[in-house]
Amino acid sequence: MDTNQYMGMFLEESREHLQTLNSCLLELEHNPEDPSVLNEIFRSAHTIKGMSATMGYTEIAELTHEMENVLDLLRKNQLKVNEDIVDTIFKCVDTLEQMVESIASETEHGVDVSTLVKKLVSIAKGESAPVSNAKPEVEKATNNIGVIQKNSVELNDTDIAVLNKAKTSGLQPFEIKITLSETCLLKSARAYIIMNALDEIGEVIKTVPPSEDLEQENFDQSFEIIFITSNEKAKVQETLLSVSEVANVEVNSLDIGVTEEAVEKKQEVTTAAPVTLPTEAKIAPAKAVPSKVQGPGMDKKVKGGQSVRVDIEKLDSLLNLVGELVINKTRLEQIGITHRLTELVETIEQMDRVTTDLQSVVMKVRMVPVGQVFNRFPRMVRDLSRELNKEINLTIEGEETELDRTVIDEIGDPLVHLIRNSLDHGVEHPDERIAKGKEATGEVRLIARHEGNNVIIMVEDDGKGINPNVIKGKAVEKGLISQEDADKMDDNEAVRLVFLPGFSTADVITDVSGRGVGMDVVRSKIESLGGLIDVETKIDQGSKFKIRLPLTLAIIQALLVKVHAEIYAIPLGNIDSTINITLDDIKTIQNKEVILLRGQIIPIIRLADVLNVPETNDTEGNELFVVVVHMGEQKAGIIVDNLIGQQEIVIKTLGNLLTGIKVIAGATILGNGQVALILDVGTLMQ
Amino acid sequence: MSEKTYSNDEVQVVAFKLAREEYGVDILNVQEIKKLTDITRVPYTPDFIKGVMNLRGSVLPVIDLKKRLSLVEEPYSEDTRIIIVKVDDISVGMIVDAVTEVLAIGPESIEAPEAVVDGNVNGNNFISGVGNLNNRLVIMLKLSEIIGLNSEAK
Repeated sequence: MDTNQYMGMFLEESREHLQTLNSCLLELEHNPEDPSVLNEIFRSAHTIKGMSATMGYTEIAELTHEMENVLDLLRKNQLKVNEDIVDTIFKCVDTLEQMVESIASETEHGVDVSTLVKKLVSIAKGESAPVSNAKPEVEKATNNIGVIQKNSVELNDTDIAVLNKAKTSGLQPFEIKITLSETCLLKSARAYIIMNALDEIGEVIKTVPPSEDLEQENFDQSFEIIFITSNEKAKVQETLLSVSEVANVEVNSLDIGVTEEAVEKKQEVTTAAPVTLPTEAKIAPAKAVPSKVQGPGMDKKVKGGQSVRVDIEKLDSLLNLVGELVINKTRLEQIGITHRLTELVETIEQMDRVTTDLQSVVMKVRMVPVGQVFNRFPRMVRDLSRELNKEINLTIEGEETELDRTVIDEIGDPLVHLIRNSLDHGVEHPDERIAKGKEATGEVRLIARHEGNNVIIMVEDDGKGINPNVIKGKAVEKGLISQEDADKMDDNEAVRLVFLPGFSTADVITDVSGRGVGMDVVRSKIESLGGLIDVETKIDQGSKFKIRLPLTLAIIQALLVKVHAEIYAIPLGNIDSTINITLDDIKTIQNKEVILLRGQIIPIIRLADVLNVPETNDTEGNELFVVVVHMGEQKAGIIVDNLIGQQEIVIKTLGNLLTGIKVIAGATILGNGQVALILDVGTLMQ
Repeated sequence: MSEKTYSNDEVQVVAFKLAREEYGVDILNVQEIKKLTDITRVPYTPDFIKGVMNLRGSVLPVIDLKKRLSLVEEPYSEDTRIIIVKVDDISVGMIVDAVTEVLAIGPESIEAPEAVVDGNVNGNNFISGVGNLNNRLVIMLKLSEIIGLNSEAK
């Protein structure tokens, strides 16, 4: 089979499942007895095994196979969860991650799985060093085993009613046990084919495991089906065996042992004698059907909802098309107005509502919950706190908060930085904490939430905080600020010094309360995303890093301005104010034009000159518009002919051919279909 | 022009006019042909870049082909068209005076550029060959050079 076309899907799904493994393992550490977590882990490992075998990555398949063995024992309670086992499985997951990544980068991974495989095998044999933190309840254990191992088809009242009815109308109920061949790779697909084949000759009443599990390959080699048909047993058997990769089919006719209430209701059926059968099928009233296997964790799985994987480029082009639709709608509107076609105008109003909705839906489609980034942190915190010998509890809030895909992709690294810092330098050692009268366990909180058109992400800890005086001292020592400046600074300003480039060096980490490891890198990353970062801190109470991000990078608020005949967009984020001046207000200092604004001297930029805009005849009179912009601390006034207004614009690139044009940050398409260029205020001011 | 079936060796060419000369580009590079629309000037670009246009929501650079080939400029007319071509994943619009037709040119009637134009325009090798169809000369353009991928892109 040519597997190349599935590569992307394989990688993505593997990563997803590895992530699930990671988070479920963490969960397992806390609730070693929760069967639903174990099931989830088992499923993920199983899927990875299946996929990697299909793709021909035998090493991955081998490792996951051994993992599966251990997990299966755990699931059946023949083995108890302990630290050793969890650690080993964690190691396996790490190794798998490495292998998957090396497949992605098409390099040799050089990972040797044999030691891990050996370790897993020995665990499976029960040779793991037992650690006391697992306290299994024996009763529950036996219960579970009972359920899992029997695995026979249990029928509830409805099923029995259906079967009875079928029988009266001359249909044969069968219990079928189908065993797939060991080599079957796509078991769910095979199961689906079998179901289809059966549907053609009769009706499937029930399957064990349930059909959802079959679809998700959540079964071993075999499954059972209760089936009614007008056909003969032999015919059923023949149909099933004609499906490839089916190793064995057992078809037994099913007699129904009926519960007493049912007997009363269905007189004629009782004559069929309630004999218990040679098959394992037993009838239990609905209440007796054990629901324990599908424990409380099941609803968690459902929450994920259904989703489709879509290439981001397709979404972009969808967005483009919607934009084009809007533009065409505007044109239609114009036609309707100029020709006074009331009916057309009314229809277009309807269309307007639809297109507006469409636009917002398309924008939403591009949004991804921050949970995608956050979910790797619990594992990181676990490992790091062990390494640092600290007790740390990570709380995550608002992981459902959505951000644009492009932002999500970029935000991971800065957050890793911040969290590492919090763990490493913020939270103290347990004994130190107790001495300070705090809980031994440090709290680190990662919070995301919406705030207007922004998303706020906060990394908070209750550690020792940042000492502004130490920071000042360091900054002066490094020559970043002068002593006088330092003296003038208030504490808040001082703490923000950590964001200065050059502040962070290795020795700072150990001397000071530590913050400063690449903080300038974090800041520049956040700012490149159009965001802001700030810090609040109190000594011995902790620090809080607050990141403010725009919802999306694709749409910004901008001011449209006119220069002669051309229209330009200036991002609103850069704009301080707009003012109206006359030519007389422009002064010169050393031949540079400036204006005075509330006592402040602001250099001015004549946009028409900078951009070589061709002159048109209609030069405006004495009045000029100045857009006061800022970049960091710097300010400048941009002189334009006219202000058109504020508008949401969709940022588009100028394409590969025109990259790197200074002063121009991109382009956007206006309501009338015209292209307007977006100014890059930063370079404009230089 | 005689209708005939295209053989494998023949190149199909979209032919268009620039001033009084006829030019052609490989049809496989041509995505579409549009009427002249609004073009937004982009500062700090070579002068043959006319600007950018809106093609169904994407922003596309537009080259003034006559400027690129150092031909005499004329005002745009009713017949002026933008040919959207794609070379190595880069889409570009080219302004031409008029699109004439699609031609099939056999390899035997294409002459190497050296034979025809000595030294080439401004030392650039924009021309990949000249097709000779019964004394009708079609100058075949090398698009990657026109777009400037291999030389002074900026």
